[in-house]
Amino acid sequence: MFAVLATLLVVSAVAGVFIGAVAIAPGDVLAALMGQDSTAGTIIRELRLPRVLGAALVGGALAGAGALLQGLLRNPLADPFVTGTSAGASLGAVIAVAAGATATVVPLAAFAGALVAIVLVWRLARLGGRTTVLTVLLAGVVLTSFTGAAVTFILVSSDRLALRLRAVLGWLQGGVSVISWGELAVASLVVLLGIVGAIFVAPRVDAYAFGEETAATLGIDPERTTAVILATTALLSGAAVAIAGLVGFVGLVVPHAVRFLIGARHRRLVIASIPAGATVLVLADLAARSIIPPAELPVGVITGLVGAPFFLILLVRSRRMIV
Amino acid sequence: MRAGYRGSEVLRGIDVAVRSGEVVAIVGPNGAGKSTLLRVLAGLLPPHAGSVTLDGREIASLDRAQLARRIAVVPQVFDTLFPFTVREIVALGRTPWLGPFGTLGRDDTRAVTRALDDVDASALADRRIDRVSGGERQRAVLAMALAQEADVLLLDEPTVHLDPAHQRALLDVIVRLARDRGLVVLAVLHDLNLASAMATRFLVLRDGAIAFDGAPGEALTRPLLRDVFGPGLDVVTHQGRAFVVPDGEDARAR
Repeated sequence: MFAVLATLLVVSAVAGVFIGAVAIAPGDVLAALMGQDSTAGTIIRELRLPRVLGAALVGGALAGAGALLQGLLRNPLADPFVTGTSAGASLGAVIAVAAGATATVVPLAAFAGALVAIVLVWRLARLGGRTTVLTVLLAGVVLTSFTGAAVTFILVSSDRLALRLRAVLGWLQGGVSVISWGELAVASLVVLLGIVGAIFVAPRVDAYAFGEETAATLGIDPERTTAVILATTALLSGAAVAIAGLVGFVGLVVPHAVRFLIGARHRRLVIASIPAGATVLVLADLAARSIIPPAELPVGVITGLVGAPFFLILLVRSRRMIV
Repeated sequence: MRAGYRGSEVLRGIDVAVRSGEVVAIVGPNGAGKSTLLRVLAGLLPPHAGSVTLDGREIASLDRAQLARRIAVVPQVFDTLFPFTVREIVALGRTPWLGPFGTLGRDDTRAVTRALDDVDASALADRRIDRVSGGERQRAVLAMALAQEADVLLLDEPTVHLDPAHQRALLDVIVRLARDRGLVVLAVLHDLNLASAMATRFLVLRDGAIAFDGAPGEALTRPLLRDVFGPGLDVVTHQGRAFVVPDGEDARAR
């Protein structure tokens, strides 16, 4: 299973590098990867490769975060996007950019924004004593509207951002188009940290299957474990948002599909969801670049168009758990 | 021991000691504090005053994992949208025994197999928990608690969703295990007749205090039931055992 997923990821990444808006012969792509100096070399090394790697990082991070969030909230309809975690991260990132922060600080600001958002949603969702699908979604809606308004306010009022409005909007919509190797390196480190945390905490997430109180009687320290889960989720979502803005539904759909294939235990789920999410987003990004050439869509457009209907189907199917 | 929630005291002065091998039925009207008592015993709710001790040691001094190795709770509310198998659910009972990396060892696998056998659910092991019947699901959750290999088993209305035959079968399993393994069992039960058939001891709660503590046969008397539950109940005797029934007055005639 994991070998299949890894192979799929490699195949899709290779496809992502070889196919693009500018047709480059496979031989030239290989030469470019070997370091040949040419226009093709620049396109491959400075545009396509970082973009493919960025998409893989974002997809993997979102799927891993989604798997953890779904387990924590006992809710197959949770992910960083619908819970407003990504929105919180985007506000953090936008504030950092508006304040003139360097590219390395942006992922950290996104992490901080994600952390505030996810803790807020967690608190709101627990108000009634037990979390329900509906309260989580409503809390996410509230948070997303608020941060959306705040982001727009900052975009319009900031001179620094006004000049780059188009680029910033493209990024917010889930675009991996502009990414440097430096940004990629920082984001990779954050994602790696998040992945290690996710794999470590995953077995304890299983104990949440019947709620926090049962987790406690099974020997889980709910406060500490919840804190680790929330922080890990925030790390992964923050890094994803710093690279690609708001990419919806990957974090929701991928763990859901993977769970269907390999079962519910969270360590397997997390380990399989990460390469699966990476593959899905690399392919989605490939589609985003190829559908209306030479124009390139933000990858968030593709995941939104495909993911939102899928979300609705899941919502209808799990109606008995909604309230 | 006194306990309750913010601003309201539910349990006012509970003093009780339970020995291993005892099966204690906690009964009483709604709101008497039965579930609160169970939550305090499980270490989920710290008491306002007094303490809960296990072999002379305060449970407040144990961490969550230590506590879960001594006290297992069979949860009442039970639903999951995730496709766990019955075996995976039972394996959750091994959570307090897991090392930092969270992988199941040979002892864990053995405990899971035994727990499945105990509740006669081995044949269900690889079925999905959301695709078995209510009775089977309840057995799986009991097996989860048994896999904890704790000395104390706490149950909150374990039979609430079961038909009478399944209620009886589940309680039989619990009673047998309590006897064979010297467990301490405390169960909140609403069905007084079922409770008197399984328990070695009745703890009757009223308004957060113990109204009666003793043998089941002595608890099921008309004066005590009227006193605790109010009017509407009667006691009849059949083959030397007392049974609680609605009183003879025809509700339709009222």
